[in-house]
This record gives sequence, C-alpha cells and structure tokens, in this order.
Amino acid sequence: MNHVLDYYNYWIVVFLMMSGFYIVISANNLVKKIVGLNIFQTSVFMLYISMGKVSGGTAPIVVEGVTQYSNPLPHVLILTAIVVGVATTAVGLSLIVRIKRAYGTVEENEFENKDDAI
Amino acid sequence: MLEQHLAVLPILLPLMAAPIVLILGRNALSWGLAILVSGLACFVAWQLLAATLSDGVIRYAVGGWAPPWGIEMRIDTANAFVLLAVTAISTFVLLYSKESIKKEMDESQHGLFYTAYLLCLAGLSGILITGDAFNLFVFLEISSLATYTLVSLARDRRCLTATFRYLVMGTIGATFILIGVGMLYMKTGTLNMLDLAERIHAYDSSRTINTGLAFIMVGVSIKLALFPLHAWLPAAYTHAPSAVTAFLASTATKVAVYVMIRFIFTVFGAEHVFEDMSMDWILMVLAIVAIFKCSYMATVQSNVKTVLAYSSVAQIGYMVLGISLVSATGLMASLIHIFNHALMKGALFMAVGAVFYRMGSVDIKAFRGLGRLMPWTMAAFTLAGLSIIGVPLTVGFVSKWYLVTAALEQNHWVVAGLVLAGSLLAVVYIGRVLEAAYFQQPDEGQADVKEVPLTMLIPMWLLVLANVYFGVDTSLTSEAAKHASDLLFQNSDAISALMDSLHGPTAQAVSETSGLTGEVLQ
Repeated sequence: MNHVLDYYNYWIVVFLMMSGFYIVISANNLVKKIVGLNIFQTSVFMLYISMGKVSGGTAPIVVEGVTQYSNPLPHVLILTAIVVGVATTAVGLSLIVRIKRAYGTVEENEFENKDDAI
Repeated sequence: MLEQHLAVLPILLPLMAAPIVLILGRNALSWGLAILVSGLACFVAWQLLAATLSDGVIRYAVGGWAPPWGIEMRIDTANAFVLLAVTAISTFVLLYSKESIKKEMDESQHGLFYTAYLLCLAGLSGILITGDAFNLFVFLEISSLATYTLVSLARDRRCLTATFRYLVMGTIGATFILIGVGMLYMKTGTLNMLDLAERIHAYDSSRTINTGLAFIMVGVSIKLALFPLHAWLPAAYTHAPSAVTAFLASTATKVAVYVMIRFIFTVFGAEHVFEDMSMDWILMVLAIVAIFKCSYMATVQSNVKTVLAYSSVAQIGYMVLGISLVSATGLMASLIHIFNHALMKGALFMAVGAVFYRMGSVDIKAFRGLGRLMPWTMAAFTLAGLSIIGVPLTVGFVSKWYLVTAALEQNHWVVAGLVLAGSLLAVVYIGRVLEAAYFQQPDEGQADVKEVPLTMLIPMWLLVLANVYFGVDTSLTSEAAKHASDLLFQNSDAISALMDSLHGPTAQAVSETSGLTGEVLQ
C-alpha cells in the first residue's frame, strides 16, 4: 500500500501517459489524436517536475532561514519541453486545417482512398 | 577570434540565416543566401574534421559555462564525419532545389521552403555537435518540426496525411527519448554525456537506468525508422517534394543512426548495452528482417519514390547490423555506410525528381524509354543504383565489403551470407526501373521530352561522381570512420575499466556528489 501512496505522483504520470498513448492510437478524429499526444507529453512534464521536488524544500530562492531548496533544473528543462510541445501542437493543428480543406473531413474512416488514411 | 567559435558555427549560421531568408522574400535571393550558408557550414565541417583527425576532440562551452553545468559542444571524429556528409548533401540539394521546387510547390511558398530547410539543417547540425543529452532532444525537435513543414509543402494533398502520421510517430519517438533522458537524470543528476557515462557505470544494475535505456532505444528507433517502427517513412518520402526527399533520405535518418551510436557507445557503454542487456541480438534480428522485408516491399511497388523509400529502410538495416556486430570493424562499416548511403540516396532521389520535373509522374510507367529521352538523368540513376547494389568501384561496394568483413571477423557466416543475399533484392528493384528505362519504348507523344536544366543535372552528377570517387579512393572515408570507431570503442573500454575501479567505496562517493542535484524524491 505504501508503494502506491508514497509514489502517488508517479502513478498519476503512468496513468496519464498510458491514457494519452491509447487516445493517440485509437482515436478516429485527428483533433482527438492531437489531444492524446498533448496528454502524453504533459505526463512527461509532470514526471520531470516530480523528480525535482525535494521533500521539505522550498522554491529555490535565497531567503534567510531556509536551507533546503527544491532542484530547479528539471523545472527549467521542462519549460523548454513545453515550448516544444506547443510548437508540435501548432504544427499538428495547422496540418489538420489543411487536411480538412483538402479532404473535407478530419475523421480517419471517412477518407475515400484507403491509402490516404492515417 | 572566429576560430575559437568554429565548433558552433554549423548550428549558428543556418539558425541565424533562416529568419533572414524569410524576410528577404525574393526567391532568387533566398536561394543564394541559403546556398552560401550551407556551403560555409560544409567548409566549417571540413575544417572540424581535419582538426579532429589531427588534434583530437574539440570541446566548446556554450556561453562560457563550464561543463558539466553548462551545455557542452563536443566534436570528435565520429560527429565531424557525419556532419561533413550532412552539410555537403544539404548544399548539393539546395543547388538542385531551385528548379525542382518550381514544379512541385506554389511560388509563394519557396521562401518558406528555404527557411524550413535551414532550420532543419541547424537542428541536424545541433544533434551532431552537442554533448548534452537534453540539448540533443531540443535539437531533435527543431529538426523534426522543420521536417514536418518541409514534407507538407508538396502540391499533392496526400502529403498532408503522410505528414500527420509522421508528426504523430515522430513526436512519440522524441517524447520517449525525453522520458529516457529524464530517467537518467533522475538517477545520476547530470545531463552531460561524458559525465552521464561515468555515473551510469557506478549504478550498473539500476532498474531506472535500464528503463531509460529502453525508452531511448525505442525512441531513437522510431526516429531512424528501424524495421517495425518504420511505418511513417515510405508515405512521407513518397509524397514530399523531391528535393525534400533527397535531403531527408540522405540526412535525417542518418543523424538518428548517429544518435543511436552515441547513446550506445558513449553514454551507456557497449559492454552494458550488448552484454548485460543483450541488445545486440535484438538489433541484429530487426536489422536482418528490415533488409529482407523492406527490400522485398521495394520490389513490388509501382511508384519509384516508394521503391527508394523502402530501400532506405533496408539500408538503415545494414547500418544497424553493423552496430549490432559489436566490433570496431562493424561500427566502422556503419559509419562508412552512413556517409556512402547519403551519397547514393541523394543522387537517386535527385534523378527521380528530375523525371518528375519532365514527366509529372514518378510511376514506373513514366520511366519507359527515358534512357534515350533523358540520357544524363538515367545514367546518373544507373550509376547510383549500381552503388546501392554494391558493385565494385562504387561506394556501395566499400560499405558491403567492410560489413561482410566485420561479420566474418565475428564468425557470423550466416549474417555475411544474408548481407550478400540482400544485395540480390536490390538488383531486382533497381533492375525493374532500368529495364523500363532502357528496354521499353516511350509512350506516344513523349518524343519531345528533354533533359532537365543544368542546375539540376550538375548537383546530381557531382553526387554520382562522388559515389565513384569514394568507391575508388577510400582513404578519406575509411580513415575517418576507422578513427571514429576506434575512438568510440576506446571510450567505452575506458569507461568499463573505470567501472571496475569504481566498484566498492568509490561508487558511494559518486552517488553522494550526484545527490546534490538528482535522486531526490525517495
């Protein structure tokens, strides 16, 4: 039982990661696929943020009387990864707009030619 | 003053030129600037390779922050060698692209093409040069995002769905690498590759590190299109504009192969990956299946671009096979094949692009009788095709020679036989196209088909001549590849020696120092 409670944030990460992954694979609608991809990426952000937390530590700002700080590096790394995630989402969504214009649908099973399906 | 910053120039030049190209707006100007920048990057890469061959590793601390805290750029012979291939091919393809994209892209998007192209080049150079695991992920995504844009620029609407599939697969692959790097950081508290290597060996049998290894290997395998994870590649290469395909086929997946080599040999250490985790068997089986399955798929396609795309997946099989042989010769064969395959696939896709330029189709039917109508293009296709097959006096032969030698060295007779048998399938898929071009009559009404403009023929033929030149005079390629593979192997030997000395009390010390930054949530 301790195993579950002590590492609860990692269990959330695993749950989100698998849900996102499943949505990417199973969703029929392209927008939903992008949503799944976002959930998948967000779970990784949370993984990084969890690992930077030091129990009992505060935000890494020098204040008198505080000796223990959380590790800021993973948080900074994830700022970069969030930017990458936003850019990927933007490219994905703009592709969907163009697919809608070219094919008239964003549902995978409605593509006329089987080869065009994703 | 510029000399000391030489190491970052291959990233900085295209990165700074990309927005300028977009602002310029005039297509001819953008083209000129892009070629200038890519050519300069190629020259710098040449200088770097010469420097690493004579003086050893070049290290550069970005922003003056000393490693392992700051990001370190670290260039040894292995990355300088691949960098030279990437920047050289990029310059040739840019020369070629001016005419080629006129037929395949709207006029208004040409500026965008050069911008995305330079960003992609900056990302690829960054992956090669950086010595920092997280920085590698960032550059990987810079190049991938630019790649998605490039693939989607074609007029054919099917490029959109192909790009979407590529985007989803590519993002999953990159995120897997991100998870893997996170696992390593969690355990070791560092992101610098050399620093990681030292600390990973202190935790020899840690489950966190092995999970990280698994995530990174799967992620990189998606990016390099290793056999069961290659589904995105044929569609993306088929529907992308020809110039884009020529660039991507000869650079993007090759850089991913380099990433795999770097992680296996420098970060995790060959001994750990291959002996403790038995990764060599997994890679060898997948590589051999890739060679046969995808070479077979190549023989049954009617679109010649798809044929070459499947052939690319098969050729990646040869590179991974070289890695999986776990010997300096095998690794050398992989590195040489990265370079050589860039030359042959670049030339082949350029020739196919030239056919599209005149015929408006790359179906095998469009190739009928082209041997007489477009003699120079088809001669280029023939020579590069012979190189893929591995005929002596071409670079393909050099690659296969080293690969078979490496297999025989390890007494893998069956593997050596399979490599040769795989070449027979290449004879079939290249032969089909040549048969159509030289032994069939052109369709009616095509008698006035002319040769393509010189700006397309010259880069194509430069690559073909490089195919022959490096097939005869192997001193540069084999010297650089041998130096690089020895260095990588030495590196992982040095680390395993270090690991032996670390077992016991010192391992404790390492974990204490790393406790400062990592491994905090108990």
